[in-house]
Amino acid sequence: MINLPILPILIPLVAAIVLLFLSKNVQAQRIVSAAAAAFTIIAAFAVMMKVEAEGIQTVDMGSWPAPFGITLVSDMLSIMLVLTASIITFCVILYSFRSIGSGREAFYYYPIVQFLLVGVNGSFTTGDIFNLFVFFEIMLMSSYVLIVIGGTKVQLRESIKYILVNVISSAIFVIAVGYLYSVTGSLNMAHISARISEIGAEPIITVLAILFLIVFGLKGGIFPLYFWLPGSYAAPPAPVLALFGALLTKVGVYAILRTYTLFFYHDQAFTHDILSLLALLTMIAGSIGALAYKDVKQILIYNIIIAVGVLLFGIAVMTEESVAGTIFYLVHDMIIKGGLFLLGGIMIYAAGTSNLTKMGGLIRLYPALGWTFLIAAFALAGIPPLSGFTGKLLIVRAGFEAGEYVGAIIVLLSSLAVLYSVVNLFMAVFWKNPENKLPEEKKQTASLFIPAAILVVLSVLYGVGTEAVYPYVMQAVDALIHPEIYIDAVLKE
Amino acid sequence: MKTNDVIFQTVAKVVFFMIIFFAIHLFFAGHYYPGGGFVGGLLTAGAIVLLLLAFDIKTVQHGFPLDFKWLIGIGLLFSAGTATGSLIFNVPFFTHAYNYFHLPLFGKTSLHTAMLFDLGVYFVVIGVTMTIIQTIGESE
Repeated sequence: MINLPILPILIPLVAAIVLLFLSKNVQAQRIVSAAAAAFTIIAAFAVMMKVEAEGIQTVDMGSWPAPFGITLVSDMLSIMLVLTASIITFCVILYSFRSIGSGREAFYYYPIVQFLLVGVNGSFTTGDIFNLFVFFEIMLMSSYVLIVIGGTKVQLRESIKYILVNVISSAIFVIAVGYLYSVTGSLNMAHISARISEIGAEPIITVLAILFLIVFGLKGGIFPLYFWLPGSYAAPPAPVLALFGALLTKVGVYAILRTYTLFFYHDQAFTHDILSLLALLTMIAGSIGALAYKDVKQILIYNIIIAVGVLLFGIAVMTEESVAGTIFYLVHDMIIKGGLFLLGGIMIYAAGTSNLTKMGGLIRLYPALGWTFLIAAFALAGIPPLSGFTGKLLIVRAGFEAGEYVGAIIVLLSSLAVLYSVVNLFMAVFWKNPENKLPEEKKQTASLFIPAAILVVLSVLYGVGTEAVYPYVMQAVDALIHPEIYIDAVLKE
Repeated sequence: MKTNDVIFQTVAKVVFFMIIFFAIHLFFAGHYYPGGGFVGGLLTAGAIVLLLLAFDIKTVQHGFPLDFKWLIGIGLLFSAGTATGSLIFNVPFFTHAYNYFHLPLFGKTSLHTAMLFDLGVYFVVIGVTMTIIQTIGESE
């Protein structure tokens, strides 16, 4: 079937439309949304198998040939991310059954989650720069609703900041696309790439590179542009936070990776130096935040920023090895952040507070939760058999080989900060004796725990099965390092 | 004292149909002349807003006994369904079909599946506009 790459976008879209009609019937909503997410996983997996066997898959929308119509492109990188995003959304939907509350469920929570998945999967798959903008907006508008749904005071306050920042960054995105269109005369990403390599290293291309970095940096939470993130992400409830932490910033990182490997690789001395500097500052800022706070949500949120810094450093080094490391780390980080935020949500629910100084001693009542969280914490820091290790190892090694000693050492030190912050979290929540006596009776958390545990298990398998994942990652790296492969697949020359 | 806006209400009833017909004209002209689903839908919603101004929310709901949120869903179904139809024929997503037909009253007419997509846009625009206005109007 030639339309296979569209299915991971189409299934959630149709599900979202159907769910609009079911807003009164919560039970039917749950069944439809879980089934749709499961089908999306299956479809994404089928596409991945096809990409592995036959190379990059493209669909020309409306039968219009490549530079003139919109092309959807599934290369190995995008389909891996689509599969990961679908799995995380599935787990978050299962988690939402117990935790999100019937008030939100009756007010279009599930359709909005499906629309968010449409936006995320579409952003990963599209091969057209303006279409990328449209999918960004689908994703962002869904996230506006998810951040404000429920209407508590803190949500209303933070959603205003979040919307304001994103409206501004979307406007800059449109301006940047406008400039790019006036320089290259095309919107198809492969065609733009071919045109830019004809023009070569004009200064205007470098200006555009920085403009796009500002746009995607605002979405992805890079050093001077992450100011909105800690406040906004702390406002919504745990499942929404897991979706945001696992998916939204990573779409920004993906867009940087895509544009900096496809468009802006001609003046690397300037653009990639800036990337590298920003990556280091992002890691340092994230580490400071992660070590400073005594709050479950804030510690995990600042760990997002550290991970974005590590990924950005991998992109900045731009050797085959560092790009492989970036892709490994990107997939790992999506899975583990989803798992950690879901576990964090259970911890907050069990203790009744997110303040570390008021928590403690949960290990007696919730041993499984505690040890799962510890495994997730080790995976996040990159302890060898677990999933964070391979990506970081490749990034650090590539950094040393490229002579970026400071960067590589800061990546290693940031791992230490990550490890300290999450183990500190573990000890404070599970071991330390609480000052105020905690409620002794055990709350029912099994239905919340299972989806979170699925993600942690997946992350462990991803780490142990590095050997099995490696060929897929290398196929993704191949298309990124050699843009000709991507261009030829789209323009069919 | 109760104000009596009999002139406004009478004019609104007449003008309502003029706006509706102009909106439908714009909607059908979209393929060859400026117009289309978006502006047609906006104008249709404008006509209903005129009735809302002349009468009140309850009366208008009585006249249009449908939930405008459903109209959004129906419109999305039309648009997504038109695009998804291409899956059945195994052509790339969004591929449209068209042909010329001899219809009894209209003579030689071109029918194009892009019209169905536009109909979806038309419904969504009406649904969204009316949902926004009714929600703001009803909230205290």
